[in-house]
Amino acid sequence: MIPTLSGNQGLQIEEPLIFEQDSPGASGVDLPDAPAIDDRLGGLARQGRIGLPGLAEPTVVRHYTRLSQKNVGIDSVFYPLGSCTMKHNPRLNEKLARLPGLADIHPFQPQGTVQGALELIDTCAHWLKTLTGMPAIAMSPAAGAHGEFCGLMTIRAAIGARGETRPRILVPESAHGTNPASAAACGFSVDPIPATARGRVDVAALKAKLGPDVAALMLTNPNTCGLFEDEILEIAAAVHDAGGYFYCDGANYNAIVGRVRVADLGVDVMHINLHKTFSTPHGGGGPGAGPTVLSQALAPFAPLPAVVHDAQGFRLIEHAAQSGAMPVGRIKGYHGQFGVFVRALAYMMSMGADGLRQASSDAVLNANYLLAELSSDLSASFEGPCMHEALFDDRFLKDSGVSTLDFAKALIDEGFHPMTMYFPLVVHGALLMEPTETESKDTLDRFIATVRGLARRARDGAAESFKAAPVLTPRRRLDETTAARTPVLRWKPPAA
Amino acid sequence: MSSIYFTKDHEWIAVANGEGVVGITDHAQHALGDLVFVELPELGRRVAQGGEIAVVESVKAASDVYSPVSGEVVAVNQAAADQPGLINEQPESDGWLYRLRLANAAELEGLMDRAAYDAFVQGLE
Repeated sequence: MIPTLSGNQGLQIEEPLIFEQDSPGASGVDLPDAPAIDDRLGGLARQGRIGLPGLAEPTVVRHYTRLSQKNVGIDSVFYPLGSCTMKHNPRLNEKLARLPGLADIHPFQPQGTVQGALELIDTCAHWLKTLTGMPAIAMSPAAGAHGEFCGLMTIRAAIGARGETRPRILVPESAHGTNPASAAACGFSVDPIPATARGRVDVAALKAKLGPDVAALMLTNPNTCGLFEDEILEIAAAVHDAGGYFYCDGANYNAIVGRVRVADLGVDVMHINLHKTFSTPHGGGGPGAGPTVLSQALAPFAPLPAVVHDAQGFRLIEHAAQSGAMPVGRIKGYHGQFGVFVRALAYMMSMGADGLRQASSDAVLNANYLLAELSSDLSASFEGPCMHEALFDDRFLKDSGVSTLDFAKALIDEGFHPMTMYFPLVVHGALLMEPTETESKDTLDRFIATVRGLARRARDGAAESFKAAPVLTPRRRLDETTAARTPVLRWKPPAA
Repeated sequence: MSSIYFTKDHEWIAVANGEGVVGITDHAQHALGDLVFVELPELGRRVAQGGEIAVVESVKAASDVYSPVSGEVVAVNQAAADQPGLINEQPESDGWLYRLRLANAAELEGLMDRAAYDAFVQGLE
């Protein structure tokens, strides 16, 4: 940083909070003073200001423009954040989502006036069922973890309907943290399953833990090490033989779309992260959506609402009495993340069956390119090939004085969003890279050259330069510990 | 004079007069990084050997703490909950987590002494 009089670094502007720019009396519009009126509030009318900042319109425009310029996202940089699937969000999806007939409708409109929207939900549901080979779907879950909640609630209901009590859920150690959290939220206890040296579920350990008190196994496939669980048929059969259900976490479905029908794997329920696999914005760019596909055994317990189609057209089933089934209830207001359905369906239809199949293939190809090109300088955690993401650990940094965190921070100075760090927990100092299918070979080659260069710099004893990183950002390395121990969650006016 | 024992999950327990003080080892705090949150058990809670009894959360990960032996919780270290950094600074003294009354002192025989634990940690690296 070069010290400047203004605090700005060239045209990189040091932007205060909007509340700190408050200029009482300033306004974007010139409103007349409110006339004095006799209120009937009995002296309860607010005294003093309501706390909104007074700002002229150009100040507001500059404020939000400057904030947007500080943002880093998939639209500006390569973003290989493992497990998060930061692929390109095609602009065609956005264009369709903004069509007035889709954007300017309300969930409380009479159903006769929104037939097209209901058909869209039904069509999206149809293709998700077709791709997965599953007979039923709940469209309303609002994100991946919400889909887990939905799936586990249907499992709990199905077990209750059998007149049984099964309090335990088995979860591999490499699982996303949401898996045990969702199980606990649904009242289950969680029992971890260890991984093998191959980075996959230890089937013998799993079988030893199965029993009449196990409700389900939650398994991500491909798993969070980026590896396909190649014993999945045996795993599914063992879970079913013990009377349990097989929950597949579909967070990594993007690796197998068009290649694997999850129904053929023995899956009873799987959520699909539309915002990952089907390219809708996420990570602060928009809400997620977690439609959840269900087997015949769990279908009767699916939450409402559901869209059905008959000679009169499309309509919503919103009450258990209408459904003839045993729904777990409603898990979200309205009918799901409709705007995400529009984008996901636009993506599916513009890609086509061949395009979706090529996308998952290219995602796997790109990840294997990273794995192959980086294995000589970094330490790959498991023998390849991998699926859609490549996992490394910190053995290549041993005795260098550089940590995984330092390495990731150095990548920021090089103009890349870092990979996922310290997850999954089954390897030490994890670096998890997911390039996605939308990155070109040029981008990957530049990233590979940079990562190799940094690895060699670390080996050559340049730990100090890593400890200092990032140096080219508006803020240097943030104090995560203090931020977590004493968080400042909202702005407060300075004491007068 | 108390005797100290260690587990493979990186807890220590210092036993004297039928009670044990439990914490996480220096190796554990080092592997976790700066701790930012600690969840301690309720007083009077009974726990089996190896049962989940507390949670420690760092900037990197949240981890369960497993009770080295079974027993009943008779005290917790509120200072560690208020200032999790204490566990990073003094994991094997002032950064203890809870004290329990042992239900079965024979369980201690399955734990490691200092030398065995140090060798165990050496083997992990």
